[in-house]
Amino acid sequence: MHTETHAITVTVNGTPYRRSVEARTLLSDFLRHDLLLAGTHIGCEHGVCGACTVIFDGLAVRSCLMFAAQADGHSIVTVEGLAADRHHLHPLQQAMRDCHGLQCGYCTPGILMTMKAFLDETPAPDEARIREALSGNLCRCTGYQHIVDAVKLAADRMRG
Amino acid sequence: MKPAPFRYVAARALDEALQLKAAHGEEARFLAGGQSLVPTMNFRLSQPALLIDINPLTELAGMRKCGLDRVRIGALTRYRELERDPAVAPILPLVDEALPHIAHPQIRNRTTIGGNLAHADPASEMPAIILALGGRLRAQSVKGERWIAAADFFTGALSTALEPDEMLVEVELPTAPSRSGACFMEMARRHGDFALVGVACMLRLDEDGRCGEARIGLCNAGDTPMFAAQASQSLVGGKLGAAEIGTAAALVQRDIDPPGNIHASKEFQRHLAGVLTARALAAANERARRAH
Amino acid sequence: MVTRNFGAPIRRNEDSRLLSGQALFVDDVELPGMLYAAFLRSNVAHAVIRSIDVSAARARGGVVAVYTAADLGDYWAPGPLLVPPPPIPGITFNQRTQVPLAKHKVRHVGEPLVVVLAQSRYLAEDALADIAVELDPLPAVTDLEQALSDASARVHDDVHGNVAARVRQSRGSYAAARAAADHVISRRFRYDHGASSPIETRGIVASWDARADQLTVWDTTQAPVFLRNGLAAMLGLSERQVRAIAPFVGGGFGPKIMLFYPEEVVVPWAAKKLNRPVKWIEDRLEHFFATTQERGQTHDAEIALTRDGRILGIRDVFLHDTGAYNPYGLTVPINSQCTLLGPYVVPSYDSTFTAVFTNKPIVTPYRGAGRQHGVFVVERLIDIAAHDLKLDRAEIRRRNFIPPDAFPYNNEIIYQDFAPLSYDSGNYGPILDKALEMIGYEHFLKEEQPHLRAQGHHVGVGLACYVEGTGIGPYEGAKVQVQANGKVSVATGIGTQGQGHFTSFAQIVADQLGVDVRDIDVVTGDTDQFYWGAGTFASRGAVVAGNAVNEAAKVVRRKILKLAAEHFECAEDDLEIAEGAVSVVGVPGQAIKLGALALKANPMRGAVRPGTEPGLESTQYFGPPGGATASGAHAMIVEVDPQTFMVKLRKYVIVHDCGTVINPLILSGQIHGGVAQGIGNAFYEQLVFDEDGQLLNASLADYLLPTALEVPHMEVAHTETPSPLNPLGIKGAGEAGAIPVGPAFAQAVEDALGLPDRGIELNEIPLSPNRLFELAGKLR
Ligand SMILES: Cc1cc2nc3c(=O)[nH]c(=O)nc-3n(C[C@H](O)[C@H](O)[C@H](O)COP(=O)(O)OP(=O)(O)OC[C@H]3O[C@@H](n4cnc5c(N)ncnc54)[C@H](O)[C@@H]3O)c2cc1C
Ligand code: FES
Ligand code: FES
Repeated sequence: MHTETHAITVTVNGTPYRRSVEARTLLSDFLRHDLLLAGTHIGCEHGVCGACTVIFDGLAVRSCLMFAAQADGHSIVTVEGLAADRHHLHPLQQAMRDCHGLQCGYCTPGILMTMKAFLDETPAPDEARIREALSGNLCRCTGYQHIVDAVKLAADRMRG
Repeated sequence: MKPAPFRYVAARALDEALQLKAAHGEEARFLAGGQSLVPTMNFRLSQPALLIDINPLTELAGMRKCGLDRVRIGALTRYRELERDPAVAPILPLVDEALPHIAHPQIRNRTTIGGNLAHADPASEMPAIILALGGRLRAQSVKGERWIAAADFFTGALSTALEPDEMLVEVELPTAPSRSGACFMEMARRHGDFALVGVACMLRLDEDGRCGEARIGLCNAGDTPMFAAQASQSLVGGKLGAAEIGTAAALVQRDIDPPGNIHASKEFQRHLAGVLTARALAAANERARRAH
Repeated sequence: MVTRNFGAPIRRNEDSRLLSGQALFVDDVELPGMLYAAFLRSNVAHAVIRSIDVSAARARGGVVAVYTAADLGDYWAPGPLLVPPPPIPGITFNQRTQVPLAKHKVRHVGEPLVVVLAQSRYLAEDALADIAVELDPLPAVTDLEQALSDASARVHDDVHGNVAARVRQSRGSYAAARAAADHVISRRFRYDHGASSPIETRGIVASWDARADQLTVWDTTQAPVFLRNGLAAMLGLSERQVRAIAPFVGGGFGPKIMLFYPEEVVVPWAAKKLNRPVKWIEDRLEHFFATTQERGQTHDAEIALTRDGRILGIRDVFLHDTGAYNPYGLTVPINSQCTLLGPYVVPSYDSTFTAVFTNKPIVTPYRGAGRQHGVFVVERLIDIAAHDLKLDRAEIRRRNFIPPDAFPYNNEIIYQDFAPLSYDSGNYGPILDKALEMIGYEHFLKEEQPHLRAQGHHVGVGLACYVEGTGIGPYEGAKVQVQANGKVSVATGIGTQGQGHFTSFAQIVADQLGVDVRDIDVVTGDTDQFYWGAGTFASRGAVVAGNAVNEAAKVVRRKILKLAAEHFECAEDDLEIAEGAVSVVGVPGQAIKLGALALKANPMRGAVRPGTEPGLESTQYFGPPGGATASGAHAMIVEVDPQTFMVKLRKYVIVHDCGTVINPLILSGQIHGGVAQGIGNAFYEQLVFDEDGQLLNASLADYLLPTALEVPHMEVAHTETPSPLNPLGIKGAGEAGAIPVGPAFAQAVEDALGLPDRGIELNEIPLSPNRLFELAGKLR
């Protein structure tokens, strides 16, 4: 089987990238290994854990279930694009720190991206809605409680 | 878990997609939401030689009314859109009620109704609903198009009546009639998981409050989604009291042949199908009466 | 000490890196010229290997090398026995450890046969399909009882009856206790644990620097020092030539402490042989076979009691599934055997277990490490006793608690750390009382439950108590050093997988040295930063390494005071350390920053007095004389749908005593996470093997990790009984949350459905709606 490549242009965290990718390259691998944006994590590669979640044209999606070739002409935000740098955290990141919403931190980027998209759409969620929105992201460390606290706190702070 | 190599073409027009499919047949797959196809490719359980990406064909997305009592949904319509469209709940209450049970928000952001139906997982919610409602599906190929009744569409676990050169382009569903109530209920191990068993039912009442029409569909009760014809028929003309509902539930249990899996034995699935049918019928009846 | 960081809910130092996607995990290591490994694994559980043909794979484009066991030559050897059996008289132990690549025989599905090294993981996986393997299948050994029979196939040809070990431990005379008892209960219990399933799977990157003659290995291990030592020995290098780094690790929970996984043996060897960096990242499918798990035990247990519910003795005979190999010795079944005794006075105990080889993945400790199994047995026995003797479930426990004045309390049998099982301190009554108060036990039973039942809600309450041996030896060390910029660096040999060591260790140092927690930089898991250590296991990181950090910080504090006293020409008692500086009390302006002092401690010119050590630094070690015993009680209220058998957790409370608390925020996080895993174990997660040894649910779609909707809101409270065994008084907390969930859950579901009165008992874990239907469904 020959390997054919595709030239793609994709905007990630506001920066346009032109790259040539093999058809089968998963978007998750492309972000991590081609663009060296390793903050997007991989936990299962079958769509269940949510660690690979990125924001694709404004919507949270599993990057392990898309091919990089599909991103041609599209715009993506990853965890690296959430804040300007690690000293100026996004309110969601800050709330995660304040509430101890992460332990090993491996699931965290996926959770941040899912919750970012969620809060953009649902600025004043109650606990039940937060838990439902979170249910597509597995965390093996925290038991979720502090994450839920963090999302509530972030929502409060973001509404001002 | 990386997919085997394949060729990828982002279709620019429906015609191009159909031509490619006609040329490559079983070797080629359409790529819609990718939420079923890509996991199986990552496990290398499926190794298509060619992927025809139909995501650019935005003309295949969207819902539109069709006459007074029918609605058509394009194959590329994503569940996310249906979930957020306020027009859905009043005309397609079963679809509306089932959507939150299908996977998780991130997955529904990509999942298309066409992909979900073409994938034909017997545990899937939507096929059972389309079947229960007596919908039909439009398939298109370079040779032309045809309508397939839902009852003929789902031919086995993960298989459909689509020919290798055909694409599912549209689904047509009857909208909720007046004096009707519907209910979708499922039991899943975790929220968002495939159902152990799911029941979709719709009841229409006569002027006198008796059952004018009943439709019961089930997911994960057999190799394909199931329409419980006898159980549905048993309700028509009756009062929809506890006894009638009990009879229908018992008929459902009698008529299904659940596959059994590691989460639920055949016996448990059969048991659940009875319990859920009774509950869903009671709820649908209640809703129908409230609408009355 | 001026500020009090110890005990405060300080935010974590490591978080900004993790939250911004800047933390380095093993798969983030990218090196020029890197090759990617993929392993061909056995697809049958038990077979003789007839032939392996890798020629087509070698010929594939992009493939650099393909190796089988034969290619490893003399390097091929079974792995080390990580934990030898404790010195218990009369013990049988048959050591059979895993091999790097299977030779002659495969013994479980997923056992590696061949490694492919290629330019990408994609290509490496392509090449796996080119390899032709001929296997002659043998009957798979999967059932514990059948495995022991003469007719059974043998996992290891020379191990008769598949007996990996047999151990009997006892105290007092159970026979006498039984003869004297008013009531004797015997039952069979089954407890199956599961797959640890950290969201980050395992991985390893190895890089050989031929110019420097040095091997660097990044590994998701919980024990980098052992990894370095073992690799050096295997590869014929000195330990100084190997640097093992456990960078950020995405959850461990036990199986990441296992050494040496086959991949850990093969990947560094290949990197050295090919002189190119090699990366292997376990995928989720592999994780279900290639990473160790913890599985099942079957207990035939008996309890002898007086009429008023006092325990006279317990006898237990159990079988333990150890999988295809037993590199971790007896840790898991010994923990079950010891932890069964719980917080109770058990005057006589007679326990025998047989560890059994099966054709399934290897069993090593996973969070709780066999403690769950023991706690389940004793708690269920007590529940049954309470029902039979018409005693309240809380009261019967209270009657049997070890009294607070009985500590240290010696159970007289040998624990996993080879020392007698002795509880250092504890006070169990108040823990249970507090849990009952928080769950509203009396009120629930008297008012709420009858009221809700009348409305058709099937609600029930469950409670369970436990003790946990934590913080065992041998030792850990730490180096604390004040830098010239005023920051303090701390290094220890343990690895960290999210337990917050970067912060809790900083808190300890902050109090000793009067610096801001944020100015303390903790390095863990890099053998070039700290040479010695054992690893993160048995809830010991905070206890053992934390105390080493404290000792080192104390010495640095003394050095600071001494040097500052010389500088100010005053007495040490006149000095105060705070806010990163030393000042003379009551003399404004007389202050020197720690950084400046550190510079002074390393003069560029001039003579120093003989014997002077440069710098403000110290390395200290701590080894506890024995394990510290944490304890606690959990209680929950559940609602069960009596038709669908779906269970909803309405309320969950935990009261926990792990001695002195370093950081309550981090501690409650540990507990929450443990409970979530316990809930998974009790009702969602189950490794389903068929009789051929095939795992039927090797994916996260079918192996059900609880999500935010399955894990309830939890209330956590603490009591503090400091450990006398270490100066900080702390006890381990890492595993506690997971341990007692099973019995409390089973009890609550029984209560909700009124099962005990109908003669139905839930004596197994995991449960599921399907299983409840089978066990209790008839009574609708
Ligand atoms: C974690 C997880 C949980 C899930 N839970 C559920 C659940 O509870 N219930 C449920 O129903 N589903 C569930 N799914 C599956 C999900 O809904 C899928 O998205 C859906 O089944 C397929 O839709 P798709 O658009 O993603 O199709 P794709 O994955 O792109 O395609 C699926 C199949 O259909 C073919 N196909 C796609 N479009 C067409 C077309 N227009 N004409 C002909 N053939 C076509 C493809 O070639 C492929 O063979 C889950 C998925 C994941 C990852
Ligand atoms: S890695 Fe994509 S969902 Fe798990
Ligand atoms: S913090 Fe470790 S998986 Fe979520």
